[in-house]
Amino acid sequence: MLAILVLSLLFASFGWLLGLSSKHLAVQGDPLPNKIDALLPQTQCGQCGYPGCRPYAEAIARGEADIDQCPPGGDACVQALAELLGREAKSVNPAFGTEKPPAVAFIDEPRCIGCALCLPACPVDAILGAPKFMHTVIASECTGCELCLPACPVDCIDMKPLAAQPDPWRAS
Amino acid sequence: MTPDFLPPPDSSSRLMLTTPTKTVMVSVIMALMTGIMAQIWHGGPWVLIQCGLAAITALTAEATALILRGRPALPALMDGSAMVTAFLLGLSVPCLAPWWIITLGTLFAILLGKQVYGGLGHNPFNPAMVGYTILLISFPRQMTDWPVGHIPLDAVFRAILQGGENFRPDAVAMATPLDALRTGIFMRQTLPEASWTSAFVQGDGWINLGYLLGGLWLVKRKLADWRIPLSYLGALTGFALIFHWADAARYPDPGFHLLNGATMLGAFFIATDPVSAATTPRGRWIYGAGIGVLVYVIRTWGGYPDGVAFAVLLMNLSAPTLDHFTRPRAYGHSR
Amino acid sequence: MSAGLVGSFPGGLVLEGHKSLSNQTPIRPAGLPARLIFPLRQRNGEDAPLRVSVGDHVLRGSLIAGGTHLMDPPIYASSSGQVMAFEDHDLPHPYGGSNRCVVIETDGQDESLPPLPLMDAETYSPESLLQRIHEAGIVGLGGAAFPTAAKWLKGEAAIHTLIVNGAECEPYITCDDLLLRERADEVLRGTMLLSRCLDCSTILIAVESDMPEAHRALLDTKTALGAQAAAIKIVQVPARYPAGGERQLIPMLTGREVPSGTVPAAIGILCQNVATVAAIYRSVIWGERLDSRIVTVTGDGVKTPQNLEVRLGTPLGFLIEQCGDYVTPDRQIKLGGPMMGHPVTRDTLPVTRSVNTILVTTTVGPTPTPQPCIRCGACVDVCPTRLLPQQLYWHAQARQLQATLDQHLFDCIECGCCDVVCPSHISLVHEFRQAKQTALARQQANERAAHARQRFEARQARKLREQQDRETAAQQRKSSLSQGASPKIQEALERARQKRASRHLPPASEDAS
Repeated sequence: MLAILVLSLLFASFGWLLGLSSKHLAVQGDPLPNKIDALLPQTQCGQCGYPGCRPYAEAIARGEADIDQCPPGGDACVQALAELLGREAKSVNPAFGTEKPPAVAFIDEPRCIGCALCLPACPVDAILGAPKFMHTVIASECTGCELCLPACPVDCIDMKPLAAQPDPWRAS
Repeated sequence: MTPDFLPPPDSSSRLMLTTPTKTVMVSVIMALMTGIMAQIWHGGPWVLIQCGLAAITALTAEATALILRGRPALPALMDGSAMVTAFLLGLSVPCLAPWWIITLGTLFAILLGKQVYGGLGHNPFNPAMVGYTILLISFPRQMTDWPVGHIPLDAVFRAILQGGENFRPDAVAMATPLDALRTGIFMRQTLPEASWTSAFVQGDGWINLGYLLGGLWLVKRKLADWRIPLSYLGALTGFALIFHWADAARYPDPGFHLLNGATMLGAFFIATDPVSAATTPRGRWIYGAGIGVLVYVIRTWGGYPDGVAFAVLLMNLSAPTLDHFTRPRAYGHSR
Repeated sequence: MSAGLVGSFPGGLVLEGHKSLSNQTPIRPAGLPARLIFPLRQRNGEDAPLRVSVGDHVLRGSLIAGGTHLMDPPIYASSSGQVMAFEDHDLPHPYGGSNRCVVIETDGQDESLPPLPLMDAETYSPESLLQRIHEAGIVGLGGAAFPTAAKWLKGEAAIHTLIVNGAECEPYITCDDLLLRERADEVLRGTMLLSRCLDCSTILIAVESDMPEAHRALLDTKTALGAQAAAIKIVQVPARYPAGGERQLIPMLTGREVPSGTVPAAIGILCQNVATVAAIYRSVIWGERLDSRIVTVTGDGVKTPQNLEVRLGTPLGFLIEQCGDYVTPDRQIKLGGPMMGHPVTRDTLPVTRSVNTILVTTTVGPTPTPQPCIRCGACVDVCPTRLLPQQLYWHAQARQLQATLDQHLFDCIECGCCDVVCPSHISLVHEFRQAKQTALARQQANERAAHARQRFEARQARKLREQQDRETAAQQRKSSLSQGASPKIQEALERARQKRASRHLPPASEDAS
């Protein structure tokens, strides 16, 4: 009899504690998509199958998408996502593309006709220009997403690879 | 994308102050020798047969596993860790146990206790203890059948090759001191002879002394972390003292615990296995003490006569948690 | 006259010193090589701006490059000659890479420019001293080559403790030892100069306990200087590597730890190498520009190891020749000591301000292959920063960058103690360097990504705004239509309505009328 009483009391108090903590220690909103989005490269290229990095982050948080769908992020990004979500690390899924070395777009000016079709294609507004004026890519803002390449009707945009920049002194 | 402009590691003019892993393992086996000699003196040279069988099985199992895993077999075999596991297991099983006991135990130890986790350095549990525990739980009769007195040669070979020999027709009369301790407590009997002197007369006193000497040599050569045996033996002594003072008739003195069973073997050779122990200095204190306490608890109130194997495995489980909570304060940080 | 209370630091190793190889003979001038090479890369990763062109004739003391701001100290020609070319050479640093260098062919005349204007030592101010240090091109001569003038300004608080670091802890290196034996006067006077300028309350010069001659020389010189040097305390620290590291020396001498991610100046402590202090003294009293330094050439791979006074830019091979040349052609060269030194393959590289030792060893056996980590914890016991190298290694291997940062990866001073004690011969420092590089690359990638996200969101917002503007404009047009804004439109609408009615068609939709 005593045992039943004690156990019931114990369970009741634990239940009450759980209820308290679920109210007071509840997390506001869902921080997971933000954390995932912080690890993605923000090229907004769409190679993952989603219209941008944020939708992909939300899809991962919902469990719809796997973590290996981002080629511009590469294996490092998959590794970081794996570490965040506690999953097994793998390589980028080749079905979604391959990781390419960092590159920026470059408009070959003799070929450019000033049609301004590439301007709206760039997700970070890295192309400077106007209709009938010369267009140019602001190299420091270009993320290498390659969305401008199909938009150009005369195929005047090339991707130029960046050299790896060691920063030795900052590390010591 | 690891940068490839770093020069490869250079150790040409590096001063090697260290004892390589192979030398560590060989030293461990040498340190076991004093204890092994005591065991031979106490129960005959048959323990060497067990060790030999274990060694052969261990090397074969490890080689097979490595080949199946696609790793180079020879360097791993030469590092001596499989031999250490084999010896520890061979010294733990009864010296006239049937051949298949030690073989099975070693197979479990090497394959399930080490290779499935990725080989040397990756196992969370002490492989010898994994093998021993599986044997103890699966074959309790064979594992508790310790022969006493002189055994004729033909009986030895019958025992090892065929098994089935029963050396203890009378379970109570020829019980080991630890057995007696357990049954004595359960049956509320006092044990007038359970003391450290009795350990030398009818128990494993000399054997434990042998392992103690070998273990101290290992510690002096800095091949085993001194914190673990110290905290283990200290906690065991402390607990035994407390209960002995409380009720001397029912709880034997600390000397009894220190000199019986696998205490010293466990303290210096099993618990100090660096791969499965805690890493941080403070963590190792707690790890050793935890083993000491658990050994006492299992021996006194648990279901098995000797608790070293279970104690070690339980603390292996807690080693990552210990490491996490005992991280030393790094320089320049407040915690 | 004192040996102050010295604390201790955790970990570390007592190493075989090999100091007697090179500290038995006095410092000798190295002489002039045929070519002098000056790398342009400064400490902050940028190249110093060039001040000469190919073909220019320069004197000793001519400005070759740099000098624009405190992190860009001037680089001077160390002898007279002609600027021959600009070439690319490897940087003598673990994170290396290739670097533009100015190559000067010496003419043997060794003509100099006049020294910098003399300063009145009694009346100068901290600002003028800072200016002089920058003009003289002085950087830390302990090996890190941090611009000295910039180092002072890094802290917000005033400097109250000056530590002059003569604790030469790495094996083989003896340049500071010899400097103290022969030029203790310059070091002490330089210390007095600095401490007066900084107005510090505590002034310490630290030497290791295995440098008795240097200690003696300092004590004797201090006595000779009398009252003006009375405030300087000369302290011996135990000869345990890495006692000479700034972050280990400071707690030993002051009991305070430098918080992670900051510099000693943040807690009011300034630590300078003895050679730097001597160079400051010479720049103030004699107007000397920094164009030479003492280098220890040692190891069992050179015939006569010794200390040399070397003009900056001298190729390594020239110096090794000055020391009797190689013992055998099969040798390895390291710039620095055996623990933290950087291996180089060619001896055509120059001596720069950060090179304090050239260690030549006859090739030892092959590098042992690393085995798996057995979690023995020997590395934990020797780490002077109280890190867990074992955990760092596991996480680095698993590429778990965040976990390595949690284990304070960037607090690792790369001293090499853990490397030396590892029974499995794992190159721990190499792993940590790679992890640091990867972590930095990741951090830069994250910064770029954050920037791109900002631009993307700004663009989305702009597009949304444009769409909303379009919609409101359309709404306004529609509502202005229905309000009868223009009489002509009303007449046209009336005509259209009548036409529909005459044709017996139903009226048009409501909002048109």
